[in-house]
Amino acid sequence: MSINHAEPTSFAYTDANMKLVQKAIKKYPEGKQMSAVKSLLDLAQRQMGEQTGSAWLPRAAMDVAAEILGVSPMRVYEVATFYTMFNLKPVGKYHLQVCTTTPCWLRGSDDIVSACKKASGVAHFGGTSEDGLFTLKEVECLGACVNAPILQINDDYYEDMNAERVEALLADLKAGKPLPPAGSLGGRASSAPAAGLTSLTSNPTAGE
Amino acid sequence: MAKLTIDGIEVEVPNGSTVIQACEAAGIEIPRFCYHERLSVAGNCRMCLVEIEKMPPKPVASCGQPVADGMVVHTDSEMVRKGRRGVMEFLLINHPLDCPICDQGGECDLQDEAVAYGRDTSRYEEDKRSVAQPDWGPLVRTTMTRCIHCTRCVRFTTEVAGTAELGGTFRGESTQIGTYVQKALTSELSGNIIDLCPVGALTSKPYAFTARPWELRKTDSIDVLDALGSNIRIDARGAEVLRILPRINDEVNEEWLGDKSRFSVDGLKRRRLDRPWIRENGKLRPASWEEAFAAIAGKIKATAPEKIGALVGDLADVESMLALKEFMAGQGSANIDCRIDGAAYDVSKRAFYSFNTTIAGIEEADALLIIGSNPRHEAPVLNARIRKRWLAGKFQVGVIGEKADLTYKTTHLGEGPAALQALLDGTHEFAEVLKGAAKPMLIIGAGALARPDGAALHATAWKLATQFNMLNAEWHGFNVLQHAASRVGALDLGLLPGTNGLSAQAMLGGAADVLWLLGADNEAVRNIPNSSFVIYQGHHGDAGASRADVILPGAAYTEKDGTYVNTEGRVQSAYIAVKPPGDAREDWRILRAISAYLGHALPYDTLEQLRAHLKANYPVFGQEFRRFAGTDTAAPASYGALGDAPFTPALANYYQTDVISRSSPTMAACVAAHNPALAEAAE
Repeated sequence: MSINHAEPTSFAYTDANMKLVQKAIKKYPEGKQMSAVKSLLDLAQRQMGEQTGSAWLPRAAMDVAAEILGVSPMRVYEVATFYTMFNLKPVGKYHLQVCTTTPCWLRGSDDIVSACKKASGVAHFGGTSEDGLFTLKEVECLGACVNAPILQINDDYYEDMNAERVEALLADLKAGKPLPPAGSLGGRASSAPAAGLTSLTSNPTAGE
Repeated sequence: MAKLTIDGIEVEVPNGSTVIQACEAAGIEIPRFCYHERLSVAGNCRMCLVEIEKMPPKPVASCGQPVADGMVVHTDSEMVRKGRRGVMEFLLINHPLDCPICDQGGECDLQDEAVAYGRDTSRYEEDKRSVAQPDWGPLVRTTMTRCIHCTRCVRFTTEVAGTAELGGTFRGESTQIGTYVQKALTSELSGNIIDLCPVGALTSKPYAFTARPWELRKTDSIDVLDALGSNIRIDARGAEVLRILPRINDEVNEEWLGDKSRFSVDGLKRRRLDRPWIRENGKLRPASWEEAFAAIAGKIKATAPEKIGALVGDLADVESMLALKEFMAGQGSANIDCRIDGAAYDVSKRAFYSFNTTIAGIEEADALLIIGSNPRHEAPVLNARIRKRWLAGKFQVGVIGEKADLTYKTTHLGEGPAALQALLDGTHEFAEVLKGAAKPMLIIGAGALARPDGAALHATAWKLATQFNMLNAEWHGFNVLQHAASRVGALDLGLLPGTNGLSAQAMLGGAADVLWLLGADNEAVRNIPNSSFVIYQGHHGDAGASRADVILPGAAYTEKDGTYVNTEGRVQSAYIAVKPPGDAREDWRILRAISAYLGHALPYDTLEQLRAHLKANYPVFGQEFRRFAGTDTAAPASYGALGDAPFTPALANYYQTDVISRSSPTMAACVAAHNPALAEAAE
């Protein structure tokens, strides 16, 4: 793996996060601290997001996690590289994760991908836009197929996407607006039928 | 015990065994890549599939399947063959077809099994996986496209070597075995992953593209670069030793070998002494044996016997040491010493200078105290045995001396001898650990015993051993960890100054007018005053040869039949792999020849006669090795007081400790990779 980004030389959990680190470790029996490794890495990645605007996991943070857990750094690298949710290099402020697995693909994820590319200016998966705002990634099934296609931005799912909605959403983000509430952008509640209710349309008769 | 039927053969194995072990017991070979009997079970190559009756109708990976009573196993059914063929086809999807340029060719498990289970053509037409070639330092060459992800190397570094610097990163098709962070492997046992790798992903860097295994002549031998006496196999072609591999000996090195012992082999070809030399007008000139003998004889005849001395180096074999001893006796001199490091502790009994617990015995111990020693550098394979014991649990290790990463958890008791006193007084809490242990042991390093207060340290350590019940009828917990391969053998032979004889320190200081160095080669040798006429008998042109007035070219350990005694006191035989270069001769023959030249011929003409003489006079060389109990608790003599200087590392540099490793470019590259400051200082 070649590294062509700047790695910070040091990392330290904030006091608030350190409390959460200790809490995560306490969930597991003595001698099994390693089980908390994913919590520690997640906390580190979020802290990076808060501190630098880019939620990624530098190697220094993995080393700190290994030190806290009392394991060889290699054991932490193995976990960090295994899970795609850990970003091993800097990402944009908005991490666009497009699901292209079969249900989303059948529902038009190709359009979502090209709309994302067009609106964000990112040329290919894994790239980051020049303004540092967007990173585009292709992900496997997000488990929300019922409202396919899905675009995940940072922690939130945006459902029932199409090209226009993607472009409008990204334009808003570019304009500095905050992320809208997560969920369907097609106007339905949760995963209720897209064209309005088809059952339970009237109140049941009382007393029967 | 569980009874199984494997291919119609009934076999009984202990409960908790796996099916693959039962198959081995039945004498049936199961193909495997990831399974290794000295590592944990991974079960990820799937090559060891077998069919077991009354189990779900699918092949089972035998390495991870525990045995059950009454199991009926088929290892060669149609289902098994089909399953293994499928596994092989998957393994070969990404494996390159580069056997003709692969160093593993001819000794490759994948190649061998492909003959049995591989298809003649591939059905895979897509692109193969490509993987970057990481640099793991000067010893291990990586070709990771060949890797089949068996994780043996990962498990070895994690479990046995204890450095845990290899791992499997990323996942699925992108999985890579490696260090993730670009670095050289830091383990002193890293060469073993080359042997463990079932394919050609990890091969020896210094040996790259040198030879094919079928071209090599294989000779069983004993390693001399540390005092462990690791069992080795020397692979040679023509007159050249090309590589050294470990042999299995569960009581000594299991199947591991330290990097210095494995990779110093290129030092055997460099700076060799291949003809006699004589110093004339301050300059060495090539000479014939006749001239050299004449020069020596002239000097010896003109010198009083009490002014003739001899010193023995760290790599000498027992045969040549015996010949030297008897040669000196023939001259009427009592000036002989093997302790060129200046150690002066009591060696009147074997228990005082050997590793009495034995190496395998470490696994029985339940507490360990290390005094002034870094076993990781002084005997890396022994250190792996300590780590193995530590991993098994309920084993505390205390260290007095330098703080070092020994690959297991230790309690640091102090830097200097004061900590020993604290233990004796019971004021340090580690005393409770030793008191509570049923089989406590201590290891005192040869480096500590070479200090000016070595004798006092030796006696104090023995006192500790008696006080903490390390010596009893079942157990001997007092251990000296030597790092000179010749030392225990030399002490067994009694290569010590006789009555009124000169000590090594006196002789190095110029007390002998004629000084015979049998491979004695340390820095002190350079400073022998000019008043001494120095005869250097050895195989490498280093400190000893540069000081010598006459050089007699001897044979290195690969070039002679020799007997060596390891730090435990185990007598082992090494066999000649190649002839010594040029005019060089086996060392005992040189001494036999000069003794005849001087008119006191030694009483043996052949190696067989010498060995018969050896066994007759020193019965310990004819006995089978066995551990002795600590029933004789009489303390060693002590003189002087304990100093207060902290213990310093006995070996400043693991990779270069003797004439062979100092001549080796590979070892120099290791120093440059791991200790750049030291490498620069050497230039």
